[in-house]
Amino acid sequence: MTEKIILRTEGLTKHYGGVKALEDADFELRDGEHVAIVGDNGAGKSTFVRQITGVESPTSGKIHFDGREVEFKSPLDSRDVGIETVFQNLALADDLDVPSNLFLGREKIYFNLGPFSFLNERLMHTRALEALKTTGVKIPDLKSKIRYMSGGQRQCVAISRAASFASKLIIMDEPTAALGVQETAQVENIIRTLKQRGIPLILISHNLRQVFDLVDRIWVFRRGRIVGVVDKDKTTGNEIVAMITGVKSGVGDEATFA
Amino acid sequence: MAETSRGIGGLAFDASKRARPPELNVLIALIAIVAAFELLGRLLIGDSFLFNTRDNVDGIFNQQRLEIIILQVSIVGIIAIGVTQVIISGGIDLSSGSVVGATAMISMSFAQVALVNGQPNPKGVFLEQGWVDLPVIVPVLVGLACGLVAGLINGALVAYTKIPPFIATLGMMVTARGVARWWSKGQPISFPTESFAAIGKGLMPVVIFVTLAVLFMVILRYTRYGKYCYAIGSNEQAARISGINVEHHKILVYSIAGVLAAVAALVLSSKNLTAQAGMGVMYELDAIAMAVIGGTSLSGGRGSIVGTMLGALIFGVIISGFTFLRIDAYYQEMIKGVIIVAAVVLDVYRQRVRSRG
Ligand SMILES: Nc1ncnc2c1ncn2[C@@H]1O[C@H](COP(=O)(O)OP(=O)(O)OP(=O)(O)O)[C@@H](O)[C@H]1O
Ligand SMILES: [Mg+2]
Repeated sequence: MTEKIILRTEGLTKHYGGVKALEDADFELRDGEHVAIVGDNGAGKSTFVRQITGVESPTSGKIHFDGREVEFKSPLDSRDVGIETVFQNLALADDLDVPSNLFLGREKIYFNLGPFSFLNERLMHTRALEALKTTGVKIPDLKSKIRYMSGGQRQCVAISRAASFASKLIIMDEPTAALGVQETAQVENIIRTLKQRGIPLILISHNLRQVFDLVDRIWVFRRGRIVGVVDKDKTTGNEIVAMITGVKSGVGDEATFA
Repeated sequence: MAETSRGIGGLAFDASKRARPPELNVLIALIAIVAAFELLGRLLIGDSFLFNTRDNVDGIFNQQRLEIIILQVSIVGIIAIGVTQVIISGGIDLSSGSVVGATAMISMSFAQVALVNGQPNPKGVFLEQGWVDLPVIVPVLVGLACGLVAGLINGALVAYTKIPPFIATLGMMVTARGVARWWSKGQPISFPTESFAAIGKGLMPVVIFVTLAVLFMVILRYTRYGKYCYAIGSNEQAARISGINVEHHKILVYSIAGVLAAVAALVLSSKNLTAQAGMGVMYELDAIAMAVIGGTSLSGGRGSIVGTMLGALIFGVIISGFTFLRIDAYYQEMIKGVIIVAAVVLDVYRQRVRSRG
């Protein structure tokens, strides 16, 4: 792993009116590194993701990506520099089929007529098949609407989309929260492939077993603040739980890895 | 990791869930309604709805009735095309009828002849300015511009102020009707040039309706524009996160709806050879009804132009069916209202079934 820093935030802060959802977050991610963000419900994890992907503008603070300061005005800006995100509430259009969702916002066209450009549906279909193949996701009928798919299949479509377009960074906000055992294993495999491809990852998860299995470092958020970062190899589940809850000791034995 | 041939996911993927096209259901409904009128006609008044029962004309079908059915829905049908794409993208347009009124008044003022029976045009609006006997392109462009402006304002209001489309376009509905009344202080505007009168002559409204319908069928099905309409109507947040400029797209969608309402106004005023401030009243509701009857969902994301064309036909068949059965015009209005509500109830019901299944 290189020591190059791919993403760094300085004093990143987001207030929603009176709600201090994110306070003074100093975060960094090395190139090729896989990290997890953990924390209780409402700790500010998704808020952090929305600031670094251009979905929202931070109240204050700086974001450095790939060696320069950036100010994303929209999710498109972050995508343009190679950041792909799987948002917590699935960003899929239910009434569209799989290829349309994979290519939403970056359709393949025959020639440019602005909004009235004709779509190259055949190319998108082939590319969608390839994308699903490299991530090992099986969807029997690409032409059927997302609406008619199971939660696991939808999630896999969203993850395949991110995994196949990501070039510099991939962010997943609780990708396996709604999945069964088998689908969770599948998503974890996709993440391991990303590690081999050398693409850095930020994984948000409440599942500490998964976090310990997959990542190099763990960032802990509590009530909008970053309360610590530890190497996976130098910590234990109990220590992480203590950091998440803010209880220094004594809770360890009952802490579950759920 | 286990691999199964049916793909992953806790639920087996059921190919039959790929529901049959809703247009097919609409087509079946259309056939059923025609059959019902045929039956009622033979039972109640001893006449055929669909077939030719007169010996002195050729053909097995009642040509005249079919023409009337299609002709009377064509003008509202043009509006319904625009309204369909607005509804698919999750909006609604209540202003189309009033835009028809305003556009008809304004464009007709630029389409007048100088002399009627050798006398100066008694209804002439711009006689003093000498803006008479203008080439037909002038009133057409003026009309389309009126529709475009109305649509742009609707779109900008919806996209940037975040007020509900229902309210934004309701405002335009009232304002545009006001413009129509103010324009000539309530006076009708008449005596268009020959070339303007040709726009809506004979079966021209049908030709224009079908041409535009085919054009928008292609646009909605095969272009990026169409894809974005469905995406935004389906999940606006997802569309935005995927990098679609939702605001720009909405402005475009409402602008196109405005222009199509203007086309309807040109055809209508040309066909009637006159423009009146009350033109197009309630057309917006008829257009919405055509779209909804044709399977376009008021909650966005679903619908098609083919469906709307079938919806328009159902509309036309019902109205001429009632006339054929000699049902009073007052009842026709009431029944139309019931049909609109029924179509929306059906849409809500379909949705509930879907989310349960
Ligand atoms: N748009 C918003 N407006 C107001 N408050 C918000 C908004 N978004 C988030 N919050 C608040 O900010 C805080 C952090 O929320 P966030 O969604 O980032 O938590 P999280 O760590 O992702 O939690 P979870 O594990 O449940 O997903 C919460 O108190 C939440 O209520
Ligand atoms: Mg969250």
